[in-house]
Amino acid sequence: MATPAASAIDLSKALVLAPAPLDSWLVVLPVAWCLLAGAVLLMLRKKVAAQPFLAVAALLVLVVLDALLLWTVATGGPVTMVMGRWLPPFGIAFTVDLTGALFALTSSLIALAGGLYAAGDIGASGRRYGFYPFLLLLMAGVSGTFLTGDIFNLYVWFEVLLIASFGLLVLGSEPRQIDGAVKYAFLNLVATTLFLIAVGYLYGLFGTLNMADIAVKAAERRAELPLMVLATLFVLAFGMKAAAFPVNFWLPASYHTPRIVVAALFAGLLTKVGVYSLVRVMVMLFPVEGEALSFVVAAVATATMIYGALAAIGQSDIRRLLGYLVISGIGVMLAGVAVGGPGGVGGALFYALHSMVVMTALYMAAGVAGRLAGTFDLNAAGGLYGKAAYFSALSLVLFLAVAGMPPFSGFWPKVMVAKAAIDIGAWWLAAAVLGSGFLTTIAVGRVWTLAYWRPSARSTVIDAAPGASALVPLSLLAAVSVLVGLFPDLLLTQIQAAAALLSEPSAYVNSVFPEAGR
Amino acid sequence: MEALFSILIGVFFAAAVYLMLSKFLVRILLGVAIFGNAVNLLLFTAGRLVPEVPPIIAAGLDRQLAVTANPLPQALILTAIVISFSFFAFLLVLSYRAFQDLKTDNVNEMRVAEPAAEAAPPTGY
Amino acid sequence: MNTVIFRTLAPFLTALMLLFSLFVLLRGHNEPGGGFIGGLIAASALAIYGIARGIRPVRHALWFHPMTIAATGLFLACLAGLVSMVAAVPFMTGLWIYPSLFGVEIPLSTVMLFDFGVYLVVVGAITSIALALEREDF
Repeated sequence: MATPAASAIDLSKALVLAPAPLDSWLVVLPVAWCLLAGAVLLMLRKKVAAQPFLAVAALLVLVVLDALLLWTVATGGPVTMVMGRWLPPFGIAFTVDLTGALFALTSSLIALAGGLYAAGDIGASGRRYGFYPFLLLLMAGVSGTFLTGDIFNLYVWFEVLLIASFGLLVLGSEPRQIDGAVKYAFLNLVATTLFLIAVGYLYGLFGTLNMADIAVKAAERRAELPLMVLATLFVLAFGMKAAAFPVNFWLPASYHTPRIVVAALFAGLLTKVGVYSLVRVMVMLFPVEGEALSFVVAAVATATMIYGALAAIGQSDIRRLLGYLVISGIGVMLAGVAVGGPGGVGGALFYALHSMVVMTALYMAAGVAGRLAGTFDLNAAGGLYGKAAYFSALSLVLFLAVAGMPPFSGFWPKVMVAKAAIDIGAWWLAAAVLGSGFLTTIAVGRVWTLAYWRPSARSTVIDAAPGASALVPLSLLAAVSVLVGLFPDLLLTQIQAAAALLSEPSAYVNSVFPEAGR
Repeated sequence: MEALFSILIGVFFAAAVYLMLSKFLVRILLGVAIFGNAVNLLLFTAGRLVPEVPPIIAAGLDRQLAVTANPLPQALILTAIVISFSFFAFLLVLSYRAFQDLKTDNVNEMRVAEPAAEAAPPTGY
Repeated sequence: MNTVIFRTLAPFLTALMLLFSLFVLLRGHNEPGGGFIGGLIAASALAIYGIARGIRPVRHALWFHPMTIAATGLFLACLAGLVSMVAAVPFMTGLWIYPSLFGVEIPLSTVMLFDFGVYLVVVGAITSIALALEREDF
């Protein structure tokens, strides 16, 4: 063991003997970097003044790493690295394709914005409690989810990000937060346990946990294995994580309770992790079963879209309204997944990326609005436009983006999903996408007229202007939304390539098993 | 043997689901604990049951000669046990805090975050 | 729980258990044992000390905050994986060196460093939970 050369066994059957090129390290580095930086921040958590600077620097490095990874994947195809150089089906493999790299980069951008916003939102006690280490641990979990190529490892990263999210959720320990955390924690634990059941069942059927291996074996042995049960279990588990309609109740019960930056990060990251995994399983691993389930998913998607948008209209608390808009957006992504094909899956991926950016920014905007107006209640808030015109303009951009209005990022994915739905004859699904967009417009339009446009009814005017720590990340995210909306071509080609790679994963499989030539 | 284990797993799941459908947090908590154990047993059975030869290669040998127990499900279960144990600890503390702060362990009465009588949003300007 | 016998014996028991936990940790490469179980033994040793003498002496004896210990462990474990980057082998590959100390060859590896990191993470995390639970008013 200590000296491989002395062994009588042919090591090339068990180990990767070729040296690992430096660019394949990019697959592991985002996760390793987050853990490393999180550990350092945890050691230094008493240095409250230095924490934000260190964390933002660490998150900037993460953005750079993820951008390099995306560049590598976009130019050279999927990249794989196996842990401890064991050959793929035995060792845990990290494999990243275009989809994973796009999600990882977007999530790191959101985390950077969150880190900036938290500099003004999280005080000394929150920093001593460990906000930033938890943020980096959360990012380790999220990056791991997007980059891993092993389904049990995916479960482990789910749990890592869940533990980190528990820590973030109870930051502050008000009764309201404890109440929300109870519901969030129990229901999410049930969801991840369902996922684990599916993984156990999958291992019993295939005897492997490597996703590329599963995709190949599922295609070969489809007739003899009860894959439909397996796919249904996965869809239920990931649907619960993604807050799809009948199993969504943990989200509106908890998302409005934590600190606003925590809610913003959750809205951007957690549900989208569920959607990403759902796409991975339904489109890449079990495409035939995914298609058989597509009607169920389409029905769920329609219910989710309409329910989310209608419930958003009925809220008087801005944060709860946004929680329902997150759910409504999940419906659009599910609709894309249900339609399938490059247009549908591409639209779902595009909408997920758009929703990550815009929902995070919307929660941040709600935080600023709540601080300026002194309340999150639509009955009492008012006069924001008069107080902070630039901030109001940013908010309006985000409102229009989430509603799917043309010059912003929400427009293109909705067009893709609706067009793909009409192309396969599912006009009702296209109608639901457009209808939910219309209802969302009403919901955010009411926030705009009531909280921003209406003159302030209150005599006590809070004249604090929004600080730079809030405006910089907000402007950054809004700029991303506008740029993507105005110049969608670059992202669109990448997303179409990503969707094509998902439904035809031979490049993914080749990256894991290079010599098999499959 | 696998069939016997399947029935046992089914009993575990039934008990867990029954407990989790309760409205009292402590019972839900116990249900979650049993749920976790049921899944561990499921993972164990999914790796097939073989006579209890430990999958350890003896000193001086390069490979295992006899048919051994499958080590992979054991590794998976170890991971899952650690995770479910830490979650159980967290949920225990959280439930206790909830009981202290909200003065109830009945989830139907936990309406602090979502008040039952919430003001309707304004219908006009 | 607060008898004289227990209070007198607890420090010796704790010391013995900590020593045993290190033994289990170092034994763990080729024999049953390792960082996780060693860390659990060490954490239960500290818990016994806490039950006997109270939380303050445990915190005093640990010198560092338990979470800092856990963070150090996480840092070391990550570092153990990243060492392979220098050797151009994939992440987490075990690398060995054999320094000689007084004529005795001591095999050291990144695997051991990783296990030591796991040990510290478990000790830190479990101790901090145990100390929080032993406090009456958390």
